[in-house]
Amino acid sequence: MTQQGVRWTADQVLALAPDAASRKAGSKLGAAGPWSETGSSDEGAVWGLCKGSGSKPYQTIVHIADATGPAYKCSCPSRKFPCKHALGLLLLWSGDDGAVPRGEAPDWVEQWTAGRRQRAAEKRTPGAAGSPAAAADPEAARRRAERRAERITAGATELEQRLADLLRGGLAAAEKAGYGLWEETAARMVDAQAPGLAARVRELGAIPASGPGWPVRLLEECALLHLLDQGWLRRDGLPESLAETVRSRIGLPTSADGPPVRDRWLVLAQYDTADTRLTTRRIWLYGADSDRTVLLLSYGAAGRAPELALPVGLTLEAEVSAYPGAGQARAALGEQFAPPAPAAIRPPGTTTTRAAARYGEALRADPWLDSVPVTLDRVIPTPDGDSWQLADADEDAALPLTPAARSRPGLWRLVALSGGAPVTVFGECGHQGFTPLTAWPQGTGTPVALC
Amino acid sequence: MNRTIIPVDPPAPGAPTANAQAGATAWEDLVTTALLGTDRRTPPPSVGTPGREAPVALLDAAAAETVRRRAGLRPARPASRPEPAPEDPRPPLPAAAARRLALLLADRPGASGGGRRGTAPDLMELLPQWLALANTRNYAPPPEALPALLDAARGRTDLRPAALAFAGPRALWLARLNPDWRFALRATPGGGTRLPHLEDTEKVQQLWQEGLFAERVSLLAALRAQAPTTARDLLASTWATERAEDRLMFLDSLRTNLTAEDEPFLEQALADRSRNVRATAAELLSALPGSALAARMAVRAGACVAVDHTRDTPTITVEAPHECDASMERDGVVAKAPAGRGERSWWLGQLVEAAPLATWRTRLGGRTPQEIVALPVADDWQAELHAAWCRAAVRQRDADWSRALLGTPSDPEAGGPGAVSLAERAKLLDTLGAQERADWVAGFIATHGLSEAFQLLGVCAVPWSAPLGRAVVDALNIARDAGSYPWSFSGVMGLAERCLDPSEAQRLDGLLAIPEEPENASPGAGGYWAEAFQRLVTTLRLRATMTEELTP
Repeated sequence: MTQQGVRWTADQVLALAPDAASRKAGSKLGAAGPWSETGSSDEGAVWGLCKGSGSKPYQTIVHIADATGPAYKCSCPSRKFPCKHALGLLLLWSGDDGAVPRGEAPDWVEQWTAGRRQRAAEKRTPGAAGSPAAAADPEAARRRAERRAERITAGATELEQRLADLLRGGLAAAEKAGYGLWEETAARMVDAQAPGLAARVRELGAIPASGPGWPVRLLEECALLHLLDQGWLRRDGLPESLAETVRSRIGLPTSADGPPVRDRWLVLAQYDTADTRLTTRRIWLYGADSDRTVLLLSYGAAGRAPELALPVGLTLEAEVSAYPGAGQARAALGEQFAPPAPAAIRPPGTTTTRAAARYGEALRADPWLDSVPVTLDRVIPTPDGDSWQLADADEDAALPLTPAARSRPGLWRLVALSGGAPVTVFGECGHQGFTPLTAWPQGTGTPVALC
Repeated sequence: MNRTIIPVDPPAPGAPTANAQAGATAWEDLVTTALLGTDRRTPPPSVGTPGREAPVALLDAAAAETVRRRAGLRPARPASRPEPAPEDPRPPLPAAAARRLALLLADRPGASGGGRRGTAPDLMELLPQWLALANTRNYAPPPEALPALLDAARGRTDLRPAALAFAGPRALWLARLNPDWRFALRATPGGGTRLPHLEDTEKVQQLWQEGLFAERVSLLAALRAQAPTTARDLLASTWATERAEDRLMFLDSLRTNLTAEDEPFLEQALADRSRNVRATAAELLSALPGSALAARMAVRAGACVAVDHTRDTPTITVEAPHECDASMERDGVVAKAPAGRGERSWWLGQLVEAAPLATWRTRLGGRTPQEIVALPVADDWQAELHAAWCRAAVRQRDADWSRALLGTPSDPEAGGPGAVSLAERAKLLDTLGAQERADWVAGFIATHGLSEAFQLLGVCAVPWSAPLGRAVVDALNIARDAGSYPWSFSGVMGLAERCLDPSEAQRLDGLLAIPEEPENASPGAGGYWAEAFQRLVTTLRLRATMTEELTP
């Protein structure tokens, strides 16, 4: 099996760490000293005993090929996930020095993996354990949905009124009105059960303080919010796929009901964004056979890392299902058939001109789209005043980096990797510019995570 | 407007432009109206939709325009592309070593404050060793590791030389793009502007004549290392016109490859206007035992020290100088004693320090350094005299005299304050060969334990020789049995982690168990010792693995 042949890199293991402190603590445990009775199985389980400060060592198990991404269990009291022991164990295993030999899983490992296998099997057999959807009363569900739609409609109507008032009085007044006005409106949208509208309203509040050119950005965002309101209010007249897009942009829950697509999925990028309530993790996957790029989203409570973690550069054989809505990249990870393992797959690249065109085309299906995933081939990171751009090596065109990308440490890894020569870069391309997420050196070489 | 991609509005070459122009104007109209408000300004006529209120009609139009503008975005014009980084001809790191480097660098943030507790190795402490080893193997770093490497070198100046040597030419290329890493340009000879080829006389001359101070210092240092005479001639050519501070820095570069050939130049510098320049020139001359200055100092110092044969045992008597005359000052003797020191002993110290050590054999009855050091010294002059000989032995790198002044490590006096401080002993040890040095320190530790040994261990070659390693481990073992806490020895423990030969790890296995607590022991000390030894063993194993990973 692959995981014995080619191991993960330390970077890939460390990418699983929920925060810098865990990364540091985990690296220290990545040496043979505190570990005993370590082992790994062909099925993708890695285990060991780690000596802590107490008399009883911690039992640590990592299942790198679990049906829903790597799974961890450790008898330590840490609330971090994965804990430093799990990271240390994986580092030891990735270190390739025979520290984690292949072997029979002991009972305590076998029990846990068997339990997970069983639960995964139950999940796949709908109705077996009595799925909640089937048990609920369909009539009650329909009534609930109707009530929610009414509240959203009321919210959207109110929001339209506020936008009209704003435009009547002029955006210049918005600068003085400050953040409070928008916070209150956002709270009203939360009450209206339209989280998508609430998030957009909250962002409006930040624009007047965002520097030169803010009136243009504020008008754009007001106009797109207005477009979304109108989309909701007239959703019955929209084509079904566009109506789905509107529903998901409004923030109505949807489920991934697309047909499962089995493929070798390359992990292109993984990164987290956090606000005071929620940590959102985005994982981009590229299907080598289907030539599709999909987005997995997972969430964690504030300050805690989401559970799903897939290191960049690994490939997993798995099924994914798309969420509804035209032009939506979001998908859900289904069953995994083999542990994630390194593979020499690279997504096919394109030029900056075609990348910009691709974004334009995607707006047709989803006018609220901020960016599309794109792999640029043969681009050179180029300083441009205070900013940076990715310039085509063979054409006279360039994409500027987004303001967010300019301030990340990954920018310098990208510049170092390039050294002034063309590289392949995967990232998100939109109206604000390009955000690089992963890069590959010229020729062969493993991907370098930039986020 | 902070738009980062060129929108459709500016006319594209060859494209029908009338539409685009109209688009741009329409958008500007919309923005102006939105900014002022529809109450104050009527929306442009194109916006009017029958039956729609003005603000709503404006939003409709803006929505269509926004999507249109975004959909029509096109790439920007490229800025001038950076010059490619120079090739790094070194072979790339083996994969396992690259993984190790990533781990060592990941340990970086907030490395302090953790303290020396727990069983896990302190990875940041292993980075210097890793870098040294990678440099001797002449590997090139993975480019994506360079930012972390530069950040590490930025935070720790002691790491800089090894980190920058390993980081190689691409790191300098990067440093020119990021002000945070400017230090790399300063720390590298030539300030990153690259030195001319040292055989290119014309370029060398030009840089020497026109370069910035830092560039000139680097040039001189580099030249001195390769062609000492050429460097001195270059310096002499402009010496008279240099500023005093600059003369001092330039003169300092002559320490490298100092030979008798430099004497005439240094003699001339003895007459310099600047006192600091004179003192440095004198110090350099006194490190040349054959120099005229050394001979003059020999005469002066010799006049002060004699053997008195009239006593029961031959005894050294000292008659310190009564004045510091102009010729002494010209030879670098500082006339004014620091506060709290007698003038005459101050002058004596300087004379003896600068006199060639060979003086004393003839002056003191053909005795060997051992015999001379063993002679009693009358009237409490011993400390002053021996200390001056120590400084002379260090300056002249005289192993015989160093050996004599160090004495036998098992001497009771060797562990005490004595005439020779531990700092001076460490310097004396530095003049001996690696093996002899290690043996002396091993002997010292066997007799005196670890509490005074830290400084001496610091000058021993890494990894420690087997006898030295054994002496340290035995002493730690004794300290543990004595029942004190391990953090009293944390300095030595830390050194041991970095300097013990990894093959010693097995010998430590017996120390990992938590021992029975003896009656007078500090509570819980046994457990902490077991933890400390555990970390020592783990670190040694890790170092062994590190070395393997870097071995082709």
